[in-house]
Amino acid sequence: MFLYRNQNKNKCRDMDTILLQLLNGLDKGGAYALIALGLTLVFGTLGVVNFAHGALFMLGAFCAVSFNKLLTLSKKVKDESITFFDAYKEQPYLEIWLGDTGTTIIDWSVPLSILIAIPVMLLIGLAMERGLIRHFYKRSHAEQILFTFGLAIVLQEIVKSVFGANPIPTPAPDIVSGSANLGAALGLGDNLVYPWWRLIYLMFSAVIIAGVFAFLKLTTFGMVVRAGIHDKETVGLLGINIERRFTIVFGLAAVVSGLAGVMYVPVLPPDYHLGMDFLVLSFVVVVVGGMGSLEGAVAAGFLLGILQSFCSLNEIKAIIPGIDQIIIYLVAVVILLVKPRGLMGKKGVMED
Amino acid sequence: MSNSKNGSSCSRRTVLKSGAAITAASTMPMFYVKDAWAAKDFRNNPGNASTVKFGFNVPQSGPYADEGADELRAYKLAVKHLNGEGDGGMLNTMKPLSLKGNGVLGKKVEYVTGDTQTKSDAARASAKRMIEKDRVVMYSGGSSSGVAIAQQSLAQEMGVIFMCGLTHSNDTTGKDKRRYGFRHFFNAYMSGVALGPVLEKEYGKERRAYHLTADYTWGWTQEESIKNTTEGLGWETVKTVKTPVGAGDFSQYITPVLNSGADVLILNHYGKDMINSLTQAIQFGLRDKQVNGKDFQIVVPLFSRLMAQGAGENIKGILGSTGWNWALSDAGSQAFVKSFGQEYGFPPSQAAHTCYVQTLLYANACEMAGTFYPPEVIKQLEDFEFDGMGNGKTLYRGADHQCFKDVLVVRGNQNPSSQFDLLEIVQEVPRSKFEYDPAIFGGELGPYEV
Repeated sequence: MFLYRNQNKNKCRDMDTILLQLLNGLDKGGAYALIALGLTLVFGTLGVVNFAHGALFMLGAFCAVSFNKLLTLSKKVKDESITFFDAYKEQPYLEIWLGDTGTTIIDWSVPLSILIAIPVMLLIGLAMERGLIRHFYKRSHAEQILFTFGLAIVLQEIVKSVFGANPIPTPAPDIVSGSANLGAALGLGDNLVYPWWRLIYLMFSAVIIAGVFAFLKLTTFGMVVRAGIHDKETVGLLGINIERRFTIVFGLAAVVSGLAGVMYVPVLPPDYHLGMDFLVLSFVVVVVGGMGSLEGAVAAGFLLGILQSFCSLNEIKAIIPGIDQIIIYLVAVVILLVKPRGLMGKKGVMED
Repeated sequence: MSNSKNGSSCSRRTVLKSGAAITAASTMPMFYVKDAWAAKDFRNNPGNASTVKFGFNVPQSGPYADEGADELRAYKLAVKHLNGEGDGGMLNTMKPLSLKGNGVLGKKVEYVTGDTQTKSDAARASAKRMIEKDRVVMYSGGSSSGVAIAQQSLAQEMGVIFMCGLTHSNDTTGKDKRRYGFRHFFNAYMSGVALGPVLEKEYGKERRAYHLTADYTWGWTQEESIKNTTEGLGWETVKTVKTPVGAGDFSQYITPVLNSGADVLILNHYGKDMINSLTQAIQFGLRDKQVNGKDFQIVVPLFSRLMAQGAGENIKGILGSTGWNWALSDAGSQAFVKSFGQEYGFPPSQAAHTCYVQTLLYANACEMAGTFYPPEVIKQLEDFEFDGMGNGKTLYRGADHQCFKDVLVVRGNQNPSSQFDLLEIVQEVPRSKFEYDPAIFGGELGPYEV
């Protein structure tokens, strides 16, 4: 009897572990999918391989950081408890002027910075496309890659010179900084807990992805853009300025990855190198999903996130040591061998 | 010998003879006036110049950049004090002291800085540039043991002394020790010995520990040392998992802990990695958990105030060890905290402390030797016993170039009295507790002359 109960308990525990790892994979996948979505959108419409896309994610994260810095502009107050030397505490002006309201605003700075990030990222995206990338449409993919990669490094160095090389912690609002007891809520026992902010991130990414798809599938603008992806010339002959619409799509892609960056800040304190860390990964996601395929990017993002998470399980690492660090690239190799166009790639894309 | 064909006088025998004569003549001064030559001819000899240059090679980017920035502040302060500027800091408390506050051997100290990027190859390239282009007589820096070990072996190859900054791996003065490398900081073995009794007292003898370990030399040796200690107490080790350095998101390594049956998580992480993994562990609710009828605990064997600052609230109540803390009340620590605080407006970290002390120790050894000639300086540092630099009486053991001094067991402060009062000292563990036999970690120091 005891043995049976113990087995039952173990089964329950395994179940929890799998659920947790699945959730973890989904929340990683949410970030991958959001970045890859913008990347593949730009590739599908403008035909540009944009290596500066990771930098857009990083700039989004720094929108949140700058907004937080702006809110916490502080007055220096002498710290009387230090007797050895003159030390100063910082008290934000917002708290001095508004009291508790100020503290609340600062606490909620990350979600609030979404409002700032949307126009800022849209402007950055439009400026980047009109000012720079536009001149590279007729060039080869190799030249586009070289140029956009260079652009990414320039952006990165600018951020480094302004914010320094160290990561900047920017916490989530206090109320959602702990973890949710999902187990109790679902009646599965107390071992199933997950941080609130990561759940919010997952939800957020689902909303954004749904929004982008709705925009492209349900609006006239989206219909024209999709038509343009298929046959740019014919759409142009119909008297539609497709170039202008593609520019807006680039701006949209910048906003999507920028928002992914904003919300990622409480998960991981951003530094100037954040974009590069995600760039390679998001390219793998796009390639696995199929170049230019929106559904493919989303599916591959979640798929790779979940695989990465499950491969970090000790039971799996015991079979193949170090699998957690290479799984993504292994999957990419296998998929490209079996399905050279990726999971949902269409014929004719990047094959001219 | 093209001549031999047309029958000229140049035979094989004459060539050999004259060759031998030339060799003998050229090595002659070496035999007869060895000291006169040796004392003068060495790499980057400052000679009659009025200045001497030090190289400070610290991580200014990468996961240990915070520590690197603080180390650099300490080096700059040390140079100031050596040159007789400022209030002199520990020059007022160090015993025995040969420094006079007029530079080193009458030469004003200058310095160059470099960025190791927390990577071994970048660190070596930067150190090489300092040695070859800037002609430094000594270089120093730290915050990653992998990087420190790489620089230390370069020091031996180039014949320029490397004073390790923050490096905590047993290997630095164990299997990878070098004659030209010196470490003032403590090591993972000492952390284990110091933490053991406190862990037993606080958490008992029946615990199940789960390790997350940074995947390089420091992580491996710390995991081993802590594992030996805790298993000695009777604890069980459930699992040890290696994580890549600079992973950022550790969540996929933390979720398996939740259901592993472990009731203690030991984080063998440092710097930004530790801040991220600890913050994420707490976001996942580990500290609110009850496992095996006990409160779940997290232990961070190597702690620093800078990390405590980065981790914020999350550090409260967590046990760890540290080499030095600004709240120590001995005269040396106070003198250092005072001049550092006046210069920068906040107290120094343990990384800053060890780097400051290392710079003074090197300078003092040169003064004692009366020369910058490395073998003589090394001999002065070996088995040098000193006091008044924090941590009480300290010995630079000659057999492995490891300093022996008191180690602190600390806890994240529950009720800080000021913004810097983040660590509470639980116990000062005297050095006699962990004076181990240098043979246990193996390794060879190598020759004095290179």
